[in-house]
Amino acid sequence: MKQFIAFVRKEFNHILRDRRTILILLVMPIVQIILFGFAITTEVKDTPMAILDPSKDEATRQVTEQLAASRFFTLVSELRSTEEVEKAFQKGDVKLVVVFSDNFQSNLFHTGEAAVQIIADASDPNQASTFTNYASNIITTVYLDLASKTQIITGDIRPLRIIPEIKMLYNPQMKGAYSFVPGVMGLVLVLICTMMTSISIVREKEMGTMEVLLVSPVKPIYILLAKITPYFALSVINLTSILLLSVFVLGVPIKGSLSLLILFSLLFIFVGLTLGLLVSNIVKTQVAAMIFSGVVMMMPTLLLSGMIFPIDSMPKILQWISVIPPNRWYIEGVVKLMIQGVSAKFVLKEFVILGLMAVLLLAVSLKKFNVRLSK
Amino acid sequence: MIQANNISLNYGGVSALKDISFQVERGEIFGLIGPDGAGKTTLFRILTTLLLADSGTAIVDGLDVVRDYKVIRTRVGYMPGRFSLYQDLTVEENLSFFATVFGTTIEENYHLIKDIYQQIEPFKNRRAGKLSGGMKQKLALSCALIHKPAVLFLDEPTTGVDPVSRKEFWEMLKRLKLQGITILVSTPYMDEASLCDRIAFIQKGKILTIDPPEKIIADFPYKVFAVEADNNYKILKQLRQSESVRSVFSFGDSLHVVFKDVSKIEKEQINAELKEIAPTIEDCFMALANN
Repeated sequence: MKQFIAFVRKEFNHILRDRRTILILLVMPIVQIILFGFAITTEVKDTPMAILDPSKDEATRQVTEQLAASRFFTLVSELRSTEEVEKAFQKGDVKLVVVFSDNFQSNLFHTGEAAVQIIADASDPNQASTFTNYASNIITTVYLDLASKTQIITGDIRPLRIIPEIKMLYNPQMKGAYSFVPGVMGLVLVLICTMMTSISIVREKEMGTMEVLLVSPVKPIYILLAKITPYFALSVINLTSILLLSVFVLGVPIKGSLSLLILFSLLFIFVGLTLGLLVSNIVKTQVAAMIFSGVVMMMPTLLLSGMIFPIDSMPKILQWISVIPPNRWYIEGVVKLMIQGVSAKFVLKEFVILGLMAVLLLAVSLKKFNVRLSK
Repeated sequence: MIQANNISLNYGGVSALKDISFQVERGEIFGLIGPDGAGKTTLFRILTTLLLADSGTAIVDGLDVVRDYKVIRTRVGYMPGRFSLYQDLTVEENLSFFATVFGTTIEENYHLIKDIYQQIEPFKNRRAGKLSGGMKQKLALSCALIHKPAVLFLDEPTTGVDPVSRKEFWEMLKRLKLQGITILVSTPYMDEASLCDRIAFIQKGKILTIDPPEKIIADFPYKVFAVEADNNYKILKQLRQSESVRSVFSFGDSLHVVFKDVSKIEKEQINAELKEIAPTIEDCFMALANN
């Protein structure tokens, strides 16, 4: 036990004396959360919009006003002909054009039908589908409003139309930060844990100190556990700052139990650390450790964890592979705990999976730990 | 105390050690003398349980290096060729870390390292990376000694150390020997060979000879002549081509020449003074290495 404590103290000394690294480690998560939370969101805000309105009547004006008044769209120009629609898109001035039919209001009042076309720049399909949805919602609202007025004025009873209502569960405003925060939390934590643990072990190999450690009675399990202890502490600090930022700056609520969320995150941090141990078994230099944990491992973490692309829409084979990155389970768990606010039994699966991963990774790292030098 | 039997090891087809056998007695300073790349470090790593030999066996302090590696690791002190302590920890932190790792304390075995550690104790709060070469070696030796090892493995402990510190270092080894510690030391410096009880010349993974240094010199069969001149290089080339010369090497400011037949020295060929000298260890090594 004395051995272990001495080892942990040594590791803390290494970290605390490397001021620049520790600064990066503590500031990086803050910067990333803010960057991802604000800049890189799929949230639609102030999308430039144009209208082509040949009828220019009460109804079209009302629709236009409603669209322009919403914070999703900004009216940048009023077009005069269909040719101009193409040009406006080509110039990149607008992302959305709303085209009304001729005699919009009279058609609406007399035939009960009026055509409106929503044309979107779908070069970013996710964004396009989001804002066309918004636009059609707004138009539907106006239509219902108009229709009810017409009924009152004319007394004309039309067959009721069923308009599909889309309700956004959990994130009614479709805030980008909601879906990004769990992903970024997982990304930041696993990146730091894996990279720093693997680097600190490989450094001993590179500096030759591993040679001296091996020719000593210290047990491999002590070496491994002592290596991850300080980074565990560091990650707890990072977790705290990430959660504070999410709640107070990005406005993401913690609907479920905070202690359960913390417990779940600590388990995930442990998985990240043991992943670092595994990397240190594979690579031989600090640079390789950095590339391996920063690039090679980040690809599946980013692409297959559901952080960027929804898992449900992946091809079947990728869906099977996506069970491997621990981030997938972390994101699922955090979404449940933080945003949906479910009780403990609904995250049992995620707890068990991450727990098994941690045990497995630690066992493999210990088994693969070379008690000798490789030739 | 140390016994190596027919140890061989290949690195990807290149033979690093060929059939190495030797024995080191208890309380002996045994020197492995040879140039860089001779296989000294590889041999050290096999004996300190860090590498597995392809064939052959080795016994350290009565224990097999493969089977009983865990026990051996508690009984030996190892100082690798490269400075392998924590550069960002202070002198004292390094020493107390290694003491704790070996389940002891600085106080408990202070008497062992006192002579050495006292010299660096004034700098005990300095980071190890900021020490001079000589002080680093003293710290590394202190760390290797702190658990009172039965055998000390020192891989090129004096490489990159100034001459004064080197001399001090060897005096320390002599004192450790008096305390009954067996020492296996390697060095590329021939002048340090004479400070060992016995030496093994090693070259290209092979042991050329094993004997006390005095005996190796006494057994040297040839007479050695020193040539000192202003134009050493020209004479060296000239002698290399001469039929009657067995070998000639440059030794600092002079050339050491061995003739095939001393009676037939063609004095007229050399425009410099020839002086017979006592052979040095290096002459012996050169002669053996060339055979």
